[in-house]
Amino acid sequence: MKKLTLAALALFLMNSADAQRYMTRTGRITFFSSTPIENIEAINNEASSVLNAATGELVFQVPIRSFKFEKALMQEHFNENYMESDKFPKAEFHGKVADISSVNFRKDGVYPAQVTGKLTIHGVTRDVATAGTLTIKGNSAVAAAKFKVRPADYDIKIPSVVAGKIAEEIEVTVNSVLLTK
Amino acid sequence: MRLPPIPALLLGLLLSANAAYSQAAHPKSPDTTHAGEDLMAMLDEEADNAPAENPFTIATFKATRVINGHSIENVAKGVLDFRVSHRFGALNTGVKNFFGLDNATTRIGFDYGITDWLMAGIGRGTYQKEYDGLVKVKLLRQRERGMPVSISYLGAVGIQSADVPVPDGAEYYFSNRIAYTNQLLIARKLSGRLSMQLMPTHVHYNLVEKSSEPNDVLALGIAGRFKLSNRISLTGEYFYQLPGNKLDGTTNSLSFGLDVETGGHVFQLLFSNSTGMTERTVIGQTTGKWGNGDVHFGFNISRVFTIVKPKGFEGTRNNIY
Repeated sequence: MKKLTLAALALFLMNSADAQRYMTRTGRITFFSSTPIENIEAINNEASSVLNAATGELVFQVPIRSFKFEKALMQEHFNENYMESDKFPKAEFHGKVADISSVNFRKDGVYPAQVTGKLTIHGVTRDVATAGTLTIKGNSAVAAAKFKVRPADYDIKIPSVVAGKIAEEIEVTVNSVLLTK
Repeated sequence: MRLPPIPALLLGLLLSANAAYSQAAHPKSPDTTHAGEDLMAMLDEEADNAPAENPFTIATFKATRVINGHSIENVAKGVLDFRVSHRFGALNTGVKNFFGLDNATTRIGFDYGITDWLMAGIGRGTYQKEYDGLVKVKLLRQRERGMPVSISYLGAVGIQSADVPVPDGAEYYFSNRIAYTNQLLIARKLSGRLSMQLMPTHVHYNLVEKSSEPNDVLALGIAGRFKLSNRISLTGEYFYQLPGNKLDGTTNSLSFGLDVETGGHVFQLLFSNSTGMTERTVIGQTTGKWGNGDVHFGFNISRVFTIVKPKGFEGTRNNIY
């Protein structure tokens, strides 16, 4: 009987371990616009994210208002004129890490991660795919990736007056430390 | 008691399946087509407490001035705002004076953000050769949920240095040249396009022309902004002087403007019956009448410079001019 109870318990525990979530509310996301005239980098340290270690599901919520700029006026224009953050307060990503079973969450290391999913910015949702890494260290998983976003794809209008100062492709860098929950 | 092995295993499976189900929480639990939906719900929970979820309202007005008077906006910490304002002569001076453009009064000023809630400024205007100084303090800030209005206090002082006729034997003290302004700015951004503001104002003149005139002018201002597009807004501003608390021969200041924003600049084009550009001259000493065409075309130009960079940008690739 004891053995059987243990077996049942072990099954139960295994299952719950598989369903383990990694989570953060202080994820770091930056973006970088580079043109011959100006280079602009903005920083957000308030991204929320959850990763399901069993299924590889990965979601991000990024409050637009939390992007900080070196120039205060640029930050205002970013919110008011480009992202319209009063109407679209968050960017979201719903996706999946492919082949999550190849990541051993119990063993520290850097694991490559192919991520695909739907990215919603400025109310427009598009399919995206990128290659990133998952770095496991103790009870943390660092999700890191770099990909390009075209403002035009998300219906973000850039007037011709400032077109020379804002890149057609913006580089987005994700570097978020998720902890077991 | 002794359970046969198979039912025990089944029980174990059931338990674990149940646990997995309860952790997945939502009935529309993970499948590939709805990837992430339950996780998204997880993030939404308790998110209401995060400050990022209920931010302060921004950009109630485009600039720190609506037209002549102040708006609820401050310049950000470490930012210097260089402002040049012009008011041309009155339109009704006719074609001989090119409808006022032959004459102009000017104010040049600098405002600086000491903190995100405190700004200070200095200026010099040609009207009455006035030097002025101001502080603007944010007291309350509108939020998306909760606080419905933003409230700021403006304190200003004006020192006119124009020559004044002094009767023989009379002494003219320096303090005679000084006037003070206390003003509350109460503003609400009603929608993405429409903002309104009330400005109860007290202006104290150390010296007035006649003994029958009050030294304290009381006025209630009202101002509004309507965005025509992301970069162009219509503005209006009116100061109503309370009867019995106004100087002789003065009228209430009424102005209409157009804000045009291009990157680091804001251009404010305007028509106003006021010639001055400070609270003391606009609110208490306006004499023009709209009905007579005694109205001035004018503009404000604002250009901001970041003097002290905010923290947290060390090692970034910013390269902005």
